[in-house]
Amino acid sequence: MSKYSEHPAVARTVLVQGDASYEAITETVHRPAITKPPKWWHIGLSAGITGIALLLSMIGYLVFEGVGVWGLNNPVGWGYAIVNFVFWVGIGHAGTLISAILFLFRQNWRTSINRFAEAMTIFAVICALIFPGIHIGRVWAAHWLFPIPNQMAMWPNFRSPLLWDVFAVGTYFTVSLLFWFVGLVPDLATFRDRAKTKISKFVYGIFSLGWRGSSRHWLHYEKAYLLLAALATPLVLSVHSIVSFDFAVSQLPGWHTTIFPPYFVAGAIFSGFAMVVTLMVVARKLFGLESMITDRHLEIMNMIILATGTMVGYAYAMEFFVAWYSGNVVEQYAFVNRAFGPYWWAYWIMVSCNVISPQLFWFKKIRTTPWLMLVVSIFVNIGMWFERFVITVTSLSRDFLPSSWGYYSPTWVDVMTFVGSFGLFFTLLLLFMKFLPMIAISEVKAVLPHGHGDHDANKGGSQ
Amino acid sequence: MSDNQAPLYGVMAAFDSPDALIAASKAVVKAGYSKFDTYTPFPVHGIEKAMNLKPSPLPWLVLCGGVFGAIAGFSLQTWVSVKGYALVISGKPLFSYQAFVPVTFELMILFSAFATVFGMFAINKLPQFYHPVFTQPCFESVTTDGFFLVIESADPNFELAAVRQFLEKNGGQNIVDVRDEG
Repeated sequence: MSKYSEHPAVARTVLVQGDASYEAITETVHRPAITKPPKWWHIGLSAGITGIALLLSMIGYLVFEGVGVWGLNNPVGWGYAIVNFVFWVGIGHAGTLISAILFLFRQNWRTSINRFAEAMTIFAVICALIFPGIHIGRVWAAHWLFPIPNQMAMWPNFRSPLLWDVFAVGTYFTVSLLFWFVGLVPDLATFRDRAKTKISKFVYGIFSLGWRGSSRHWLHYEKAYLLLAALATPLVLSVHSIVSFDFAVSQLPGWHTTIFPPYFVAGAIFSGFAMVVTLMVVARKLFGLESMITDRHLEIMNMIILATGTMVGYAYAMEFFVAWYSGNVVEQYAFVNRAFGPYWWAYWIMVSCNVISPQLFWFKKIRTTPWLMLVVSIFVNIGMWFERFVITVTSLSRDFLPSSWGYYSPTWVDVMTFVGSFGLFFTLLLLFMKFLPMIAISEVKAVLPHGHGDHDANKGGSQ
Repeated sequence: MSDNQAPLYGVMAAFDSPDALIAASKAVVKAGYSKFDTYTPFPVHGIEKAMNLKPSPLPWLVLCGGVFGAIAGFSLQTWVSVKGYALVISGKPLFSYQAFVPVTFELMILFSAFATVFGMFAINKLPQFYHPVFTQPCFESVTTDGFFLVIESADPNFELAAVRQFLEKNGGQNIVDVRDEG
């Protein structure tokens, strides 16, 4: 491993290790697309497709029988569907954060991980969108979410946070997809030019839109990329804020707090980065991408996990403080009930995974050892799912009137639908890893020391 | 040019590195050619100055998209809430503009992004699946490690022999005539 004595934010660290010629980078990224996929890929894909089958049959069962097959009851009208929705949307925040915000901050280290993180974002948002689509059990009315003229002359209620959510997540998905596609075009052209078979040449050719690397095109292309990053940055912050409004704008104790938007955004970044680390540690090993996704990349991401994990811990503590300080008995009870009520186990799983486990990243050994960070990042993923469960279920199950309290437990259909959504996620991810450039080839080449036309320090320095 | 040959599009030369390409672009501009283009596997910074390119007009398009999205979003919500489906909900006024902020914002971003992406492709005239440069087999390396410069025959100063000589003098390699076979 090479030395990284300088801070990543200021110095041009070695972003690519080993043989870093243009040809070598293209070859490394293109290799999975032309070689036979390894055995584990087939095993993973079969498992993923089984998961999709499970997901579809659970949805089919739900539509056939109605929401009674889920564990929802009278105080708890929101269960797994919203928990899973917020969980997946949260994971979907890392991609755009890495692509857009780190791009605006000129964090060049992002170039070898942004493509993967963006793909993960899109797949996570697809998984997220399933849940609001099916959560009423009447999927044939799902288009009522959108303001479409209809024969009933009926329109949605624009004062409802749930409708804001439709627009926020819909816009987020569309813009993320466009951002991802724009980034992919030059790399798809690389795949087109190196394609071995007629079909792949045709398909990559169609999607690369006839890109020919013209400098006159690059000029507008780079401007578009910068503008998209500038648009996506407020967007990514708005999306989870608006998701948090689903809770915060209601009157329910434990939900009705102003801390929710920043707290949700920090949590989303936290969970998204954890998922990126989980997947990246495995993917770079399996595809031999260690020279481009270096230990240094993973270490920086772990530092961000540590920072956002600490923010989330602060938010948990502050919720308790504000509940106590408000002097509102019902609010105070909601929080005591969270930690020591019937769902105490969920609360403490959340705290252990989200607050305690990321603190291990203070140790350099843990944040630089792949298998250790894999363990911590999986804990964070589990913890963030439980956070949404705790917020949703504890508040609903015990609100103002003790006579209307209840207890929620999921049914097997709830659990299997959630498991099935992972199948969809991993199937899309495996297909992406096989057929699309996992690393932004043209961006990585541009951050090579000799790839800078006008960079004084490296002027004329080629290999 | 004989009758059975496709019309000449321009002359293509390959270069070793981004720096060589920038130097050559400067020479091309200095020699008075304006119809030319360079082709690179990644955006080479500084080449836009060397080629004397005008800044992209894209930000203005995006501004229009954003303004349109915001106005359309706010108007849609106002019309629906005040006229199209006027219902009093939790005692709020029909024109409760504070509640319209999130959707207005999201639609502003959405239409700005549409303007950015589709505007960029429109300015670049993409998709364009055929282009004369693609007829050269060596051009495949443009997406890996090839740096090319093409002076087009449409340039008023274009003269085949002189252009070839000029490119050779400025470090161009594998100089070939590109024909428009489309």
